[in-house]
Amino acid sequence: MNLDVILFAVIAGATALSALSVALTRDIVRSAVWLLFTLIGVSTLYFLLGAEFVGATQLIVYVGGTMVLVVFGVMLTAQQQFLKIKTAGPEWLVGGILAIALFAVLVHVSLGFGENHPKPATNTLPSAGPLGTAFLGNYLLPFEIVSVHLLVVLIGAAYLARAKRRSKEEGRS
Amino acid sequence: MALPVKDLFSFLPTPFDMIAGAVVAAGLLVTFVATSALFFIWLERKVSARMQDRLGPTRVGPYGLLQTLADGLKLLTKEDVSPDVADKLLFNMAPYVAFCASFVAFISLPFGNGIVAYPLNVAAFFVLAVLSSEIFGVILAGYSSGSKWSLFGGIREAAQVVSYEVPRSLCVLVPVIVAGTLNLNTIGHQQQGFFWQWNVFHDPFTLVAFVIFFIVATASCKRAPFDLAEAESELVAGFHTEYSGLRWSVFFMAEYASMFAVSGAATLLFLGGWHTGLLPFEPSEKFGWAGHLLNLAVFIFKGFFLVFVMMWMRWSLPRLRIDQVMMTCLKYFLPISCGLLLGVCVWELYVPNLVENSWKIVAGVGTLLASILLVVKLFTGPLTTPNRELPGVWAGRPTAITPP
Repeated sequence: MNLDVILFAVIAGATALSALSVALTRDIVRSAVWLLFTLIGVSTLYFLLGAEFVGATQLIVYVGGTMVLVVFGVMLTAQQQFLKIKTAGPEWLVGGILAIALFAVLVHVSLGFGENHPKPATNTLPSAGPLGTAFLGNYLLPFEIVSVHLLVVLIGAAYLARAKRRSKEEGRS
Repeated sequence: MALPVKDLFSFLPTPFDMIAGAVVAAGLLVTFVATSALFFIWLERKVSARMQDRLGPTRVGPYGLLQTLADGLKLLTKEDVSPDVADKLLFNMAPYVAFCASFVAFISLPFGNGIVAYPLNVAAFFVLAVLSSEIFGVILAGYSSGSKWSLFGGIREAAQVVSYEVPRSLCVLVPVIVAGTLNLNTIGHQQQGFFWQWNVFHDPFTLVAFVIFFIVATASCKRAPFDLAEAESELVAGFHTEYSGLRWSVFFMAEYASMFAVSGAATLLFLGGWHTGLLPFEPSEKFGWAGHLLNLAVFIFKGFFLVFVMMWMRWSLPRLRIDQVMMTCLKYFLPISCGLLLGVCVWELYVPNLVENSWKIVAGVGTLLASILLVVKLFTGPLTTPNRELPGVWAGRPTAITPP
């Protein structure tokens, strides 16, 4: 047995298990915590495959940024009636059909990869340097479009979240 | 280059040599983190005692060095209680989540020329990424305790760390732009030579970036004056109010581990890494193992010194209010670090070599002279004052008990 294969099996198994727990647990805060462990597991898989930059990015963006906000939001909004998720009969049916369909598609696609999958840790994937050069070289236009888009989102979020001061006319009426 | 740990076991068959190497590296790191946490707790008590004109621990062992060990034994034997309304699973898990996050940062932190558990190419980025996930332990502890004080602590921590992460990353980018790589080992290598070759003296922007990085790192380790998450005067003990025994001490181990991790990152990025600053060559290449030991000692000394400065700040400065903490970050540190990033790019592109080299010498020698002057001033002044008078800036001024 290869060490890489064993490690992959252990990490992928743990990731799949915590992903399953996200869906199965009733407690919404615990569900968010399991999602955190799933994302950490995915980043560990990236490290195992030699994609260090992608792995670290996954950690800082999803684990350090997004998940903090998700857990934060869930903690603050989880009131008594929303704390436990209750699933009714029709929801099971629709959700189950959708899940099975998605799973079938994913299995079909991943089996189609065949022999082309990257060999773990033998070929080091491009690190920060080549990625940065590509962003500022060949792919400058898409990169700029995405950055402007993100800037717009940032300004929009700040506009929506600003402290609303009532104007004087509104105050009198 | 140093002998990588995994090659020590090359006599074993293939998968087992890597496993043995990983176990040895992890064991060494755990030992280092645990012993340095013991030492830091002792140091914290001694520093705070000296600042407050006390003696601190003196009874257990020489200079009270074994006091922490005695306290550790006491904590081990304490009852491990958890509140009735707590979410037991998350409550039990939280301290270990915090500790794991700060421990993982050590994996890619080089302690010397090539003395690193796993040499990542993106080590600087990895350390930042891992340290930013340390707050999960705190948030989970705050939520799962089922106590309002803890929840307040957790929420403050989340708001504070998410905002301070941004200037911290921008300040790390400044020396990374100078170095041109994210590999901490290479960044350390580039600062070989005399101390004005260190990144902190490279240009005016890195000098300011070092100061801001250090303050922001203190804030992200939730150390005073930014320890809003455990503000004792307002929130009992903040996020760890409900913890007791061993779990409580794991939180402290995580805090001291992440203090050393950010200090080590600051040392590597700004303060010349494992170089003494007095030798114009790489010691490990000239002297072999002795050079490696020298590198290790220098790196650990620099890290410990920065941790000491953090303690010094903690016991000198009053705690900020939460709105002041957020304002300092968003209105001051964030714009300043953006400006530094632009400034260092311009410096790298347009400033001629002559200016750059003369700035290095001027800044390096100037900082050295200023610190020597400071130390001389400290030790030549009168250590005691005459009766009924105050020292320092109050010298010669009338006090409440001065006879008229």
